[in-house]
Amino acid sequence: MAPAVLWTLAFFVAPFTIMAAMSLASLEGRELVWAISFDNYHKLFTQPFLTKAIWVSLQITLTVTVISVLLAYPLAWIIAFRVPKRWQRLVLLLSILPFWTSYVVRSYSWLLVMSREGVINNSMLSLGLISEPLQMASSRLATVTGFVHFFVMLLTLTIFANLVQLSPNYRRAAVDLGASSWQAFRHVILPLTMPGIMVGAFLTFVLCIGDYITPQILGGNNELTVPQVIMMQLGRRGDFPLASAMSLVLMGLVTLAYIATARWLRLDRI
Amino acid sequence: MRMIQWFYLAVAFTFIYLPVASLVLFSLKDGNLPLPPFEGPTLRWYQDVLSDSQLMAALGHSLLVAVSSSLVACTLGFLAAYGLARHVLPGSVFMRGLLIAPMTVSYLIVGLGLLIVFNQLGIGVSLWAAGIGHVVINLPLCFAIIYASMGAQQQNAEHAARDLGANEGRVITLVTIPMLAPAILAAFFLAMTLSWDEFVIAFLLTRFEVTLPVEIWSLLRSGLSSKTNAIGSLVFLGSVTVVLLLEIFLFGRRRA
Amino acid sequence: MTASISIKGLHHTFGAFQALKNIDLSIDAGEYTVLLGPSGCGKTTLLSILGGFLVPTQGLVMIGEKDMTQVQPAKRPTTTMFQDYALFPHMSLKDNVAFGLRMRGMRKQARHAKADQFLELVGLFHDGNKRPHELSGGQRQRVALARALAVNPDVLLLDEPLGALDLKLRRSMQDELKAIQREVGTTFVHVTHDQEEAMAIADRIVVMNAGQIEDQGAPDRVYRRPCSLFAANFMGEINQIPAWREQNRLATLLGHPPIAPPDSDAEQWVACVRPEQLSSEPREWSLGTATVVNNAFFGAHYRCHLRSDKAPNLTFVAHFPPSHEPKVGESLALYVDPQHISLFADTHVKEAVA
Repeated sequence: MAPAVLWTLAFFVAPFTIMAAMSLASLEGRELVWAISFDNYHKLFTQPFLTKAIWVSLQITLTVTVISVLLAYPLAWIIAFRVPKRWQRLVLLLSILPFWTSYVVRSYSWLLVMSREGVINNSMLSLGLISEPLQMASSRLATVTGFVHFFVMLLTLTIFANLVQLSPNYRRAAVDLGASSWQAFRHVILPLTMPGIMVGAFLTFVLCIGDYITPQILGGNNELTVPQVIMMQLGRRGDFPLASAMSLVLMGLVTLAYIATARWLRLDRI
Repeated sequence: MRMIQWFYLAVAFTFIYLPVASLVLFSLKDGNLPLPPFEGPTLRWYQDVLSDSQLMAALGHSLLVAVSSSLVACTLGFLAAYGLARHVLPGSVFMRGLLIAPMTVSYLIVGLGLLIVFNQLGIGVSLWAAGIGHVVINLPLCFAIIYASMGAQQQNAEHAARDLGANEGRVITLVTIPMLAPAILAAFFLAMTLSWDEFVIAFLLTRFEVTLPVEIWSLLRSGLSSKTNAIGSLVFLGSVTVVLLLEIFLFGRRRA
Repeated sequence: MTASISIKGLHHTFGAFQALKNIDLSIDAGEYTVLLGPSGCGKTTLLSILGGFLVPTQGLVMIGEKDMTQVQPAKRPTTTMFQDYALFPHMSLKDNVAFGLRMRGMRKQARHAKADQFLELVGLFHDGNKRPHELSGGQRQRVALARALAVNPDVLLLDEPLGALDLKLRRSMQDELKAIQREVGTTFVHVTHDQEEAMAIADRIVVMNAGQIEDQGAPDRVYRRPCSLFAANFMGEINQIPAWREQNRLATLLGHPPIAPPDSDAEQWVACVRPEQLSSEPREWSLGTATVVNNAFFGAHYRCHLRSDKAPNLTFVAHFPPSHEPKVGESLALYVDPQHISLFADTHVKEAVA
């Protein structure tokens, strides 16, 4: 056990601590000056493009989480209860197969679909549904679509796992006691699948808010998310202190999400 | 009601497969832009990819990093799980928390932290650095998966083996590891998948020798290109083959 | 509050597997009926059909004189107590018990009052605000019972309700179930594979095997005069003595039992005697002497294995009064009263013994 603990201390705890210290340092010219100042954090709330990035990240992440849950739940439900048992595993596997597209390529492939001359515009033009190509790529719509595509698969998996491990007797008992299908769902099945939903939603939040690739490829340059700003600080300006401060803000947001969902993440009770 | 459900399933699958299908379809297009209308088919983009020495090198690096970092993560994870599950130690709750902690942090932060350390120490970044980063993110997963499968049944079997005269080493090699094999393998393959596909840590921590996702990323800078489609399709088909083989031979057999 | 049940010509198949064959059964209102049989005998399928969770392939299910064959579970005057109890883990006990009333649109105050009443019936009045995971197995079982009864069903269906409990708790819950059934008067149909449980609790036992009813009736009748070799075996330990027809008499290795030869073509027969009916005191039919092989004390009796001296391939199990301990190696004369002998054609002896 000792090696694993040492590894974590050396390559996770130590760097993290240094990063936290770094967030209090500052940059003068290209020189790093160690100090204890909250300038970087102050900047986050005074420099509009930093504040905006936090908002954009939060908005995108929440939108993606909500839409993904709403789309994935029915899909998981249909696979769990409507697809015949012997096809179930196959359909589930098929529904998450594009998971294994390379992560970088997955966002790129949405460009093929959504760009000005892409698959959607091309088909709609030739069907006469639109006369002008729609502007879809390089927008928040594209970013959200790219994210939702990925997280629907993830959530389908967690919700499906939750649905099939419920005893079918819960539903039977509810119906037996006079509940309609909707009531059985609303009062029994939905509350019992909250853990699956929340585990998936929390994962979605964590992965989505920290992701750089998807908004970078699909989002265009109108608005930047926190990871994009962090990478910009690193690349263009070498401003490690500011990047560190923004990373800690990112962590703070994840912690908030954890607190909000912690009630359901305790799976032991169900 | 039934009809609506099947319709929903069809729409969902269309949504899920639309980008992948476009990717594969236009990788076969005989033309520079992977956009409609389709012409071809041709395999020349695949030829292009396979004869691109930089891409092939990146592929090799990715495999190397994925396999070695997963091996290390699994070994460390197994030892930690074994130690924590078998021995009551002071502060074991704290250590469990510590080992799991990296899982709750964005990859970007793990990468940035390591980058800062390597910079401060004056050590350049390299495939080694990326490998270390991948172990950091995969260790919690391997630990959690293996730890979760160490139940009472497992412990009783170990007691029985010791009772029958096996020494500690033989208990581990003849009882513990074979019994935990499914969990260890699952952890290994999951770690490999994640490492294989990981971008941001590899991007921050490599420079001259890069992994495949980073190499593909630099291809993307030149915009839409059928060659990118071809490499993307190859990675997808390769991964899918591996997943299906695992499903059939490894996990399928256990269920049957 | 209570209703009779009548099942006519019921068949059910799962694919190629015939789970139920030609079931006819009538249960009186207010009766406590136990469906008894080994696993896979079709008893749970029959219960699911009564509850409306399965529509039978063929046949008729009447509850309280009404045809219920196609009716949804929600619309039936039945409720089911599930084997895993299916208590809703996210609701308090009170909300669990009140669930059915809530579905019927009863207001919160009224339904909670009613739920309290039923929690009191099962002795959990003070635990209404607990969650199911805080309870022991026996307590969960009581909550499931209260929840099923709270909607005033005519028929309560219990699927192996005591299966998850340990032996001691099982025996005390049996008495409680019976007492509660007497109090509410609802028709109970209870599925189990435990013959002692069935004897302890039932007004009527229905013995099932391979999708068919082997025997049904009051517990003492089914135990003493079973209608089939399977029922005889399943209801408790039994001694089987092979028999055959010899002219106009019945013959065994131990002589001619003084019972009329059956009116049937079968060649091979089995004479069955319960262990407690074998006696070392003279009775009408003597089985000759037998040597005690081993012996164990059970409180109310000594249980012995004996080997027949006349036919050493035959062994007996006998219960002897606790006043006198049979010694191993001792030779005892064995007798039986002919009215305690049940005779069956030897068609599936092997199957039944196995």
